[in-house]
Amino acid sequence: MSVFGKDETAIGKFAATMPVPEFGKGSFNRPKPLNLAKVAIVTTAALHQAGRDGFELGDSDFHYETLPRDARDLALGHHSVNFDRGGFAADINVVYPIDRLEELADNGSIGAVAENHYAFAGNQSATVSEIRLDSGPLCARQMLSEEVDIVLLTGT
Amino acid sequence: MREVAERMNVPRALYTPFPVGRSLGKPGDKDFQHKVLQAAFGLLEEPEGPVIREFPVSISPIGGEPLVCALPPRMNTELHPAVDEAEALMAAYDRAYQKNKRTSIGMKISAEQVPEALGRFVRITEGEQWDEVGFPSESIYGTVHDIRCYYEELACELAEGPIGPWATEEWFYDKTEGGQLILKARRVMRDQGADQSIWFGLAPAGRE
Repeated sequence: MSVFGKDETAIGKFAATMPVPEFGKGSFNRPKPLNLAKVAIVTTAALHQAGRDGFELGDSDFHYETLPRDARDLALGHHSVNFDRGGFAADINVVYPIDRLEELADNGSIGAVAENHYAFAGNQSATVSEIRLDSGPLCARQMLSEEVDIVLLTGT
Repeated sequence: MREVAERMNVPRALYTPFPVGRSLGKPGDKDFQHKVLQAAFGLLEEPEGPVIREFPVSISPIGGEPLVCALPPRMNTELHPAVDEAEALMAAYDRAYQKNKRTSIGMKISAEQVPEALGRFVRITEGEQWDEVGFPSESIYGTVHDIRCYYEELACELAEGPIGPWATEEWFYDKTEGGQLILKARRVMRDQGADQSIWFGLAPAGRE
């Protein structure tokens, strides 16, 4: 038996057969130009700040954590033994490219870095109904209130 | 996962053929990460969607360079080698923490408790029942999570060269006394008849 995360064939089979919600044609918006846009990151790396409870084991924790722009005291909440945590241990930007966004703002490539960014746990129920109907829209409304124009989603 | 993005009909997706847990590809490589972001933000220029583009560089989860990370010599021969090793590595962990100001340790124990926790695994390998050495059933998984994080985080401080996919996991289980002890204790628990839900998750599936 090979380790799941190292087995590209197994990962491919998993991706092709895992249940996902069916959507029709989705919306496709044209945001404002990138150099004028405020950008936020939403990651499914289950990140949380030190001192927070973080995320529960299993696939029923659909809450999200708020990551203030300046926060770097972040823990990785993916607790699976089959998850490679070495990349994050070496560099948070490999899942949460907050320092790269700051550099893009400094050189004018993006308009601004959002005040807050958000983290969900990637391990979710098959229907993802809790995030679709509850915490997802709540998070989106929060970002709209913070005048975020573009969201960079990083999945793990 | 490209197949998931296609089936869910997401408006814009950049498929990055990188190992799980490495969305931007290469830790510590700013230029590479900026290329990934440039490709992702380039999707905003697409006139219509849904659109999925594939990043032109792939990274395999296997076959990378092994971690080059020196381990300390024995400091206190009266201790089990794994306990001695964990104590000797505490200074490296402290440096990593002071440098990064973050840790993923804390699911069940603190960094300071790692040597003592390894001592409990020593007792398992010496024949004591796993549930008689101080591990509540719901805490042994989290304790191993924290032990592994301790080693992986300090390894990033000690390592020479880039941290490749799964390199810290392989270093921990294959090279360190601590990782070898966990694997041995896992086998002992299995042979003792412990419930699989308790011992199986102490190492990645596929490890013996």
